[in-house]
Amino acid sequence: MAAAAHSAILPRRGGIAGALSDAFWRHPGFLLFLLLTPPVLWLGIIYLGSLFALLAQSFFSIDEFSGLVQYEFTLKTYGELFKAQNLDIILRTVMMAAIVTLAAAAVAFPIAYFAARYARGKWKAFFYLAVMLPLWSSYLVKVYAWKLILAKEGILNWLLAKMHLTWLLEAWLSLPIVGGNSLSFSYTGTFLVFLYVWLPFMILPLQAALERVPVNLVEASSDLGAAPAQTFRNVIFPLALPGLVAGSIFTFSLTLGDYIIPQIVGTSRRFIGQAVYIHQGTAGNIPLAAAFTVVPIVVMGFYLWGAKRLGAFNAM
Amino acid sequence: MTTAVSFQSVSRHYSAVKAVDRVDLDVQAGEFFAMLGPSGSGKTTSLRLIAGFEQPTAGHIEIFGETAEGVPPYRRNVNTVFQDYALFPHLNVLDNVAYGLMVRGVPRAERHRATEEVLAMVKLPGYGDRRPGQLSGGQRQRVALARALVNRPKVLLLDEPLGALDLKLREQMQEELKSLQRQLGITFVFVTHDQGEALSMADRVAVFSDGRIMQVGTPQEIYQRPASRFVADFVGSSNVLPPDFVQRYSGQRGWGSLRPESIRIQAEAAGDGVPARVVSKSYLGAATRVVLEAEGLRINAILPAGARLPEDGEAVVLTFNRENMHVMEEG
Repeated sequence: MAAAAHSAILPRRGGIAGALSDAFWRHPGFLLFLLLTPPVLWLGIIYLGSLFALLAQSFFSIDEFSGLVQYEFTLKTYGELFKAQNLDIILRTVMMAAIVTLAAAAVAFPIAYFAARYARGKWKAFFYLAVMLPLWSSYLVKVYAWKLILAKEGILNWLLAKMHLTWLLEAWLSLPIVGGNSLSFSYTGTFLVFLYVWLPFMILPLQAALERVPVNLVEASSDLGAAPAQTFRNVIFPLALPGLVAGSIFTFSLTLGDYIIPQIVGTSRRFIGQAVYIHQGTAGNIPLAAAFTVVPIVVMGFYLWGAKRLGAFNAM
Repeated sequence: MTTAVSFQSVSRHYSAVKAVDRVDLDVQAGEFFAMLGPSGSGKTTSLRLIAGFEQPTAGHIEIFGETAEGVPPYRRNVNTVFQDYALFPHLNVLDNVAYGLMVRGVPRAERHRATEEVLAMVKLPGYGDRRPGQLSGGQRQRVALARALVNRPKVLLLDEPLGALDLKLREQMQEELKSLQRQLGITFVFVTHDQGEALSMADRVAVFSDGRIMQVGTPQEIYQRPASRFVADFVGSSNVLPPDFVQRYSGQRGWGSLRPESIRIQAEAAGDGVPARVVSKSYLGAATRVVLEAEGLRINAILPAGARLPEDGEAVVLTFNRENMHVMEEG
């Protein structure tokens, strides 16, 4: 029998792997350094670097006659954002993002609440599948599918006609702003597609947050005399707020930046994403495209600051 | 005397599981009532039936003479101290304690005054600004108690409230709970699996097993005159002795219960008594537990400090006073 089997300290495992294991155990920081360096470099150089390169462009301007970029520091390009037609684009996009976020929260909450509180076993699996399934198919396919659904000859019109509700649709489409020729050429259509496409990004964080609200806190609230609505307002909602904020960051920022949905479904009026796309592509006005890119970043900054001020992250 | 809580043949079944099964129970107003039993015996479910978190599948529950079935928890003037306290993590101590008053629409100034008062009562004055996360287990326990008491409930339910505390703190809290209860005159219903806790704190104890109540009585009755083998064994680990043993050594009929502390151990030469052999001893501080074997049975004896301790393996004779052998009504 080997004497080693009886000693209190075992000999080092052989080879380089053994020496490395010991070295990493003694210097855990070194292991962390090795693990983190590649992703940090990737994020720092490729992602943030290119973002800052783009943002830097926003402080240049374009010569209106030659169409060439002038590499001199100026705030002229930002000034252009405040021209009526550009301000219009910004307001339209922010409004749409806000309404999509509110609607997504309203639709997602009951679904997430059911999944977190009541769904077990097979129902839980069904929930995840139902929420995730749309994310697995191509975004473009989904948007075009919606264009067909919302078209004048589409299934929605057909269904409403069968239910003798065409008058309702007509009435809605005759309204200013939200109305239009048909649903697929109206803000209502753009809104519906945005809502559909981003909904999972609201449901999942909300469901995760609701799942972490202990049942006994709900019982305690009820025990102390709170009616269900009071329990919701004073316990469930504040504790689920971080999830709601996380979800709304997704729906809000994704809507702010999207340029395909309003291109395919909706009016010919532009959103920020389309403006960026056109200015840096066809128009070759990279500085203005860059300035437009800054807008969602600033809006999100204010949004997060406001959420923090409201105490959205207190329960985290 | 008024009845605070009354169960009339109450059952709570979950498909095949009979968590509470045809339980009859009367808790008197102003008493400290303990529900004692092992886990899964139905004591916590009974508490939840009083709180309103569970509804009975059969039977009738009255709280101070009023029907309780179908009444939601928020309409019962009954408050609970939860096992893990269930303090609201996003509220500070003040808002946690004032919660019940807040949802009832008590004006801010008044509820703050009442909260400060009850925090002083549980010896946490000036802790209002802290978050539950910043408190120790014992302090959280007091906040949970204050949060329930501030509502002046007709019945206070306590679900193993001392379970998570260390021994020293637990003994201190037992004292304080007892004196609070006397001072406030509120009916306390206390769930515990710790028989020592039940015996030392309660005016009356109900012993639960398998969803049924085995015995209800004062701590003395439960301890000295257990009604069944289960109660004798569960409360104070009595020696449960079969009828033939009881017949031979005390002349009575039926299963017997003999408390470990009523057994004396004498040298074999002393003669009369139950011949036994010492198996092992464990030192408990104030006493020593001696495990013996007699007539093929394991028998526990507790000897006070200072008594002569027999050696392991020694042949001895056990004696006891005949009146200490309690014969149980049920098998």
